[in-house]
Amino acid sequence: MNFAAPLLLSLKLSSVTTLLLLALGVPFAYWLVFTRFRWKFLVESVVALPLVLPPTVLGFYLLMIIGGNSFIGQWYESIFNKPLAFSFQGLVLGSFLYSLPFAVQPIQTAFSSVDKKLLEASWSLGRSNVYTFFRVILPLSRHGIITGCVLSFAHTLGEFGVILMIGGNIPGVTRVASVAIYDEVQSLNYGSANMYAAILLSFSFIILAAVYFINRRFVRTL
Amino acid sequence: MKKIMGYGLLTVFVLIFSFSLPVQAGDNILIAAASNLRFAMHEICQDFQEENSSIQTKVSYGSSGNFFAQISQGAPFDIFFSADAEYPELLEKEGLTAKEMQKVYAVGKIVLWVPEESKVDPDTGLQAVTSPAVKKLAIANPRHAPYGRAAEESLRYYGMWEKVEEKLIYGENISQTAQFVHTGAADAGIVALSLALSPKMLDEGRYWIIPDESHSDIEQIYVVLKKGEENKSIRKFLDFIHGENGDDILSRYGFVIPGSGDNRS
Repeated sequence: MNFAAPLLLSLKLSSVTTLLLLALGVPFAYWLVFTRFRWKFLVESVVALPLVLPPTVLGFYLLMIIGGNSFIGQWYESIFNKPLAFSFQGLVLGSFLYSLPFAVQPIQTAFSSVDKKLLEASWSLGRSNVYTFFRVILPLSRHGIITGCVLSFAHTLGEFGVILMIGGNIPGVTRVASVAIYDEVQSLNYGSANMYAAILLSFSFIILAAVYFINRRFVRTL
Repeated sequence: MKKIMGYGLLTVFVLIFSFSLPVQAGDNILIAAASNLRFAMHEICQDFQEENSSIQTKVSYGSSGNFFAQISQGAPFDIFFSADAEYPELLEKEGLTAKEMQKVYAVGKIVLWVPEESKVDPDTGLQAVTSPAVKKLAIANPRHAPYGRAAEESLRYYGMWEKVEEKLIYGENISQTAQFVHTGAADAGIVALSLALSPKMLDEGRYWIIPDESHSDIEQIYVVLKKGEENKSIRKFLDFIHGENGDDILSRYGFVIPGSGDNRS
């Protein structure tokens, strides 16, 4: 079996998931910060759920929702002519939900820590919400956005339970690096399991070091 | 800062596109194989691809019960090599199999396996598991692994079940079970003969073949699934398995080939 394939698949999954989380997480975090919606705390709890839930709970419900016997699964299959569960797209959906708090929470914290006076200054000078967002909030929140992206990327890379449940272990399709470790161990190939594990370990360490480095620099420049 | 983020995004896009590039050349066969086949199937696929370089075989290994659940949920396998006859039958009932494309391809055996340095003598039969040197006995989960079911039946047949129930640890499938004993996490295990004969386990342990009469026949059936019905490469692959090479590999891994004289069915 091609050694690099699961690693590349992991990188691809993490990249796609992070991009999606960035695209949807930023407006969502903005909404969370500025909404007066009284049930906001419920929405926040739902976003944070993957932090505390066993991955098998998420995996199980996802399988029930997107599996071949479900309404959504059949609808997807009738359009794209292939199942959503056990596909790369299914993994993206699962990873998106699983890493959602890792993207939304840092961005939300960053947005809400922007000094309100600056926003009011911008508004009172007649600038629109959109202009204020792109010219005031976003630049001041860059560390939160970077942290959110990096953490989502790293968290998706380390995902195992959800992927095994909704993706199975299909070479080239859903066998990501974390699952490949599990598979190599069962093949009694401790050597290549060790290679994958060491790569993931160093990668995670480098990513975290980068996050702390960025945040340290940010604090200093304040 | 904006520039940095711009470059970041660009890098990500480039990454994604470069990963999407390798387009599947030739034909693929997506195989779900019971994990007792882990080593035998690997050899079969290697030899098969030597003869048919345009066809790519991709194999997932797991417990048959797990594959049954995944296939019912729409997993896109072309063919399923089960470790029993029951799960293929259930799939057929669900209408997920291609017509007339199923067959007993092998009859499996189970063994009691201990690591080389173990004080336990497996040749004393299944009562060896009651030895104090066996603190943990690994079997596959009988709820979804046919080899686990066979192990439970044999333990009950020899009246050992009650004596060892507390010592049991359950592998998710038969190759995880083998890994448990191989790594020393368990002191003994009931595994498939096909795994005990794999080069890695053969050199590092001793085994005793558990007599067939103590458990129901482990008749392993394959079924071609709806998704593989149109896949022309499947025919070639099955011809290879039933051919001389396939038979040879399967028998080397301790399987009895149906119709080869010593077939009991």
